[in-house]
Amino acid sequence: MNFDFSEEQNMLRDSVSRFVMDNYDFATRNEVVASELGYSASNWNTFAELGWLSVPFSESVGGFGGNAVDTMVVMEQMGKGLVAEPFVGTVLLFGGLIEKAGSADQREALLPDVIAGETQGAFAYLERQSRYDLADVTTRAESAGDGYTLTGSKALVFNGMAAQTLIVAARTSGEQYDSDGISLFLVDAAAGGVTRTGYRLMDGQLVANIEFDGVTVGADALLGAAGEALPAMQAVVDDVTLALCAEALGIMETLNATTVEYAKTRQQFGVAIGSFQALQHRMVDTFMAYEQTKSMLYRTVCSLEAEADDASRNLHALKVLVARYGKQVGDEAIQIHGGMGLTDELDVGHYVKRLMTINTLFGDGAFHQARFNELTYN
Amino acid sequence: MDTQFSAEDLVFQAEVRQFYKDNYTAELQAKLANLDTYKQTQIEWQKLLFDKGWVATGWPQEYGGTGWTDTQKFIFSTERSSAGAPDVVPFGLKMVGPVIYAFGNDEQKQRFLPGILNSDDWWCQGYSEPGAGSDLASLKTKAELDGDEYVVNGAKIWTSYAQYADWIFCLVRTNNEGKKQQGISFLLIDMNTPGIKVNPIVTIDGHHSLNEVEFNDVRVPVANRIGEQDKGWTYAKALLAHERTSIAGVADSKKNLAQVIELARTEGGSGRSLINDPAFQKQVSDIEIDLMALEFTELRVLAALSSGGAPGPESSLLKIKGTEIQQAVQELRMQVAGTFGGVLSDESGGDISGHEFGSDARRAYMYGRATTIYGGSNEVQKNIISKAVLGLG
Ligand SMILES: Cc1cc2nc3c(=O)[nH]c(=O)nc-3n(C[C@H](O)[C@H](O)[C@H](O)COP(=O)(O)OP(=O)(O)OC[C@H]3O[C@@H](n4cnc5c(N)ncnc54)[C@H](O)[C@@H]3O)c2cc1C
Repeated sequence: MNFDFSEEQNMLRDSVSRFVMDNYDFATRNEVVASELGYSASNWNTFAELGWLSVPFSESVGGFGGNAVDTMVVMEQMGKGLVAEPFVGTVLLFGGLIEKAGSADQREALLPDVIAGETQGAFAYLERQSRYDLADVTTRAESAGDGYTLTGSKALVFNGMAAQTLIVAARTSGEQYDSDGISLFLVDAAAGGVTRTGYRLMDGQLVANIEFDGVTVGADALLGAAGEALPAMQAVVDDVTLALCAEALGIMETLNATTVEYAKTRQQFGVAIGSFQALQHRMVDTFMAYEQTKSMLYRTVCSLEAEADDASRNLHALKVLVARYGKQVGDEAIQIHGGMGLTDELDVGHYVKRLMTINTLFGDGAFHQARFNELTYN
Repeated sequence: MDTQFSAEDLVFQAEVRQFYKDNYTAELQAKLANLDTYKQTQIEWQKLLFDKGWVATGWPQEYGGTGWTDTQKFIFSTERSSAGAPDVVPFGLKMVGPVIYAFGNDEQKQRFLPGILNSDDWWCQGYSEPGAGSDLASLKTKAELDGDEYVVNGAKIWTSYAQYADWIFCLVRTNNEGKKQQGISFLLIDMNTPGIKVNPIVTIDGHHSLNEVEFNDVRVPVANRIGEQDKGWTYAKALLAHERTSIAGVADSKKNLAQVIELARTEGGSGRSLINDPAFQKQVSDIEIDLMALEFTELRVLAALSSGGAPGPESSLLKIKGTEIQQAVQELRMQVAGTFGGVLSDESGGDISGHEFGSDARRAYMYGRATTIYGGSNEVQKNIISKAVLGLG
């Protein structure tokens, strides 16, 4: 039994945490978000130099060879700083799919540039109707000569505007909702027939709707075996879900600390509002919410590392708690700040909006609870 | 014990329904949703209600009110909500108007009530200050007598729609001695008076409705004081209870919940409608059942009111439960929208994501966090109930 981080993990954590402390105060972060692509290219270079972009990749392609704990350590600190750079979109989703589904050639051709910070990527999987079902894919890839022609619409593609290369989930066979028949394709974002429309989500990130109108790609664009992409997609999405939960934990910790501090200083009726027992108990509740989430995160990451049978059940449980307790922590943070909590100027609302976004990524609490129930009681 | 509508009530209901159908047009709705045309359109809409004689639903007839029975008021607000139409802006018609006709002198009534009724004057509420929120009575904006004028100095904050306002009704300190509640006066201040500065505050929904209002040597005629000097707290307190009663928003919650249920018929994953998911049904009915009870709580409070009582601590109950339900409905709509519930609208309120309601759901949810904070926070309402009803502490 050991809940300590390794020396390397401590160094990684300190590295991210120091960057956030020194270079990512809230005002700077807002400038970054307001910029054209919603992140800073120079920060991205720094991330590459500090080695963070290499964390999840194998040593054979120049990666750090990290495991889920390493990613967790990075993401928790990024959550505390509300880091807007597309670590999830480019490194975890795009890079993760290449690592998991790609051939040795594809990995060697693409991942070194991701690690060096020279590639921005995105994973185009979601469609207007698909909600949280990864197999709900109607975009089609028809065989054409040696290659394929892609036709369909994707929505809410994270980092979709900045990406030079997209990984697109499309059907080479089967019907909407079928697990079989989904394939992944590497598509140049500037290719003919690709149209992108960018818009923002409440956490500030720039996403894209992307139309594929008869986009032709060669046979080498296929990532993994034709029609068999779903297991790799699911595995990467599971990794990302865990990472997002770690980010959420960092956010919850920050929100709780900010709120307790505010309650100690804000005076009404001649006393600090933190002296009211009604508020004290609620801050105790949010403290417990944070601790419970942390425990479930550790439980999940341990089971994933051990490849234990209950790993996916744990992951569903974790996402349920992140939804439930994330909401509680966010609600209380705003409520206890009173009118201040409603202002855009204060960081609290921004942390809450990121937490709410995380809640809906790859399945909300209700979705994961249903999956948990299926796995447990059926 | 009887809540059946009479034949006359049913006729009235049909008339109100027809009125909204004829007048609350799609064009009007679009102009209300657009921030650039909101103010003018809201005023036009209220003028339409005024012409019909339906703008001041709670006022006595002698001052231009409808003189409706409780049942008629209930029917009217239910029909308004079902039509999706907004309520009137509360600051004039629901807040300061009743204070003026209850506590103002004849000259004040003649001077201010017509502009409130025909919506020529847009009012805002200047109560809260940076240091005086829940502890409102500790407010510090001071008004010092100089001849027949007060000289006002200080700052108000969270003033909704001050940027549109022609007038602000303010609580100001006129006396520092004795209990803090006893040195407060109620002033009506022309927003065009020299020395007033309005600074915008953007909220977490990305919009500008809140403001800070600064007062630097602002001269206000004594004739603009309601009632007696140092007695303003009494007048304000009467108003606060009214405000809480109207914040409950039962009719709007019914309409909004029905809308979420409709959305849940078409949204869903893996080809299944959300509304057919038993877990989702439980979430909906948890809210709906509480709302059914609250509808009758509201009717009970209104009935007690019309038999002569002033809204007392029951208004706190309505406020707490009403706002909890509003937030639960907003949350459910976000849940139905899924990840699209995070979409930000563009400057004019439009949405280019192609999703039909995600960005609206987000905006309502984010701004909706305020309902448990304004009008006296829900914590403060619980303190009121525990003291005034339960006799604790
Ligand atoms: C969107 C919005 C619109 C508004 N519009 C107006 C307006 O038009 N005009 C106007 O005058 N004001 C307006 N307000 C201000 C509103 O009335 C105040 O925000 C509210 O009274 C709370 O005050 P505060 O913000 O200073 O919070 P605080 O009083 O500092 O409260 C902070 C937290 O402490 C809690 N708390 C305080 N005292 C106690 C206690 N004794 N026991 C337990 N908990 C306690 C509160 O409930 C809250 O959770 C608006 C506010 C918002 C958010």
